Amino acid sequence: MPAVPPRSGEAIFASAERVNAELFTLTYGAIVRQLITDLEEVDEVNKQLDQMGYNIGVRLIDEFLAKSNVTRCVDFKETAEVIAKVGFKMFLGVSATVTNWDAEGTTCSFVLEDNPLVDFVELPDTCQGLHYCNVLNGVIRGALEMVSMKTEVTWIRDMLRGDDTYELQVKLLKQIPEEYPYKDDE
Amino acid sequence: MIGVGKMKQYTNVLDKPVSKGKQEVSLSAFAFLFSEIVQYNQTQVDNIAELERRLEDAGYAVGARVLELLCHREKGNRRETRLLGILSFVHSTVWKVLFGKVADSLEKGTEHEDEYMISEKELLVNRFISIPKDMGTFNCGAFVAGIVRGVLDSAGFPAVVTAHFVPVEGLLRPRTTILIKFAEEVLKREARLG
Repeated sequence: MPAVPPRSGEAIFASAERVNAELFTLTYGAIVRQLITDLEEVDEVNKQLDQMGYNIGVRLIDEFLAKSNVTRCVDFKETAEVIAKVGFKMFLGVSATVTNWDAEGTTCSFVLEDNPLVDFVELPDTCQGLHYCNVLNGVIRGALEMVSMKTEVTWIRDMLRGDDTYELQVKLLKQIPEEYPYKDDE
Repeated sequence: MIGVGKMKQYTNVLDKPVSKGKQEVSLSAFAFLFSEIVQYNQTQVDNIAELERRLEDAGYAVGARVLELLCHREKGNRRETRLLGILSFVHSTVWKVLFGKVADSLEKGTEHEDEYMISEKELLVNRFISIPKDMGTFNCGAFVAGIVRGVLDSAGFPAVVTAHFVPVEGLLRPRTTILIKFAEEVLKREARLG
């Protein structure tokens, strides 16, 4: 069977069913507000958003692999590029830039110019510790874990907190070796 | 002092022009997020009614903002003051912006003067949801009911809004009907206005 070339994020996004970004943004806002009311502590809200993102990431990776024809990435550098150019684009309609690599090639940053999660949002003084878009951390972490990469994702810059852009740092902790034989096959 | 200090470098949200609203995200992104909302809220409740109430609350918050946004963008800062006007605003304008199409139908209840129904063959939030048997009449449409209530209430038309499945002959899946029951004061005012 000839190898199918990977599809570009633009092409996947263009052919996918889409919804109005404002519905998405406002719905996300509603959940953040619910969490703040329920959990009261900003740190707990950050944690819960990350957890929700993780749950999404674990499921989202399947759709990503199925639609993108992306095959195994040779290294973390390629992985990062694929997330930035294909992943962000196909789900959120925006692309990210990968930058700030460290010498070992295990840590890099995604810089987002556009962030559909934050339209109409302004953090009140009482929520300054809130990482409003923390769901994105979880998504990346969850999705990468499903392809055997343990990562740590942290916010470096956040426009809602007065920075000039959104920067998300991803650090590769370790590659989990795949275990053979799979237990399920027994 | 407003606008001073490092935290406030970010321009005020009101200083930015309101977006045209043409941006889109993939349906999956919304579906994943919505599914998380349902799952999270499930952990916070012990019965179906409570779960629906919480989803409705989340929707309400969306509705209140949608009214403000759309009145500003689509209607030159005017909002409807008459019952039929606001209903058709919900059925057409709000639906079109949020779901990309006008709602399938808007009907007046035959048995009660104060009831109206908006029906949708396949409501966006119910697309990827299957209701387990033990959850009975639970309907994720409660979220959309909340949006409708948020719009109506914020526009000065308090109402009780609920979502129901209605089986349709020849269709595999039931359609969703959003039932709107206006408060007494709304009907009285409407009658006075003639």
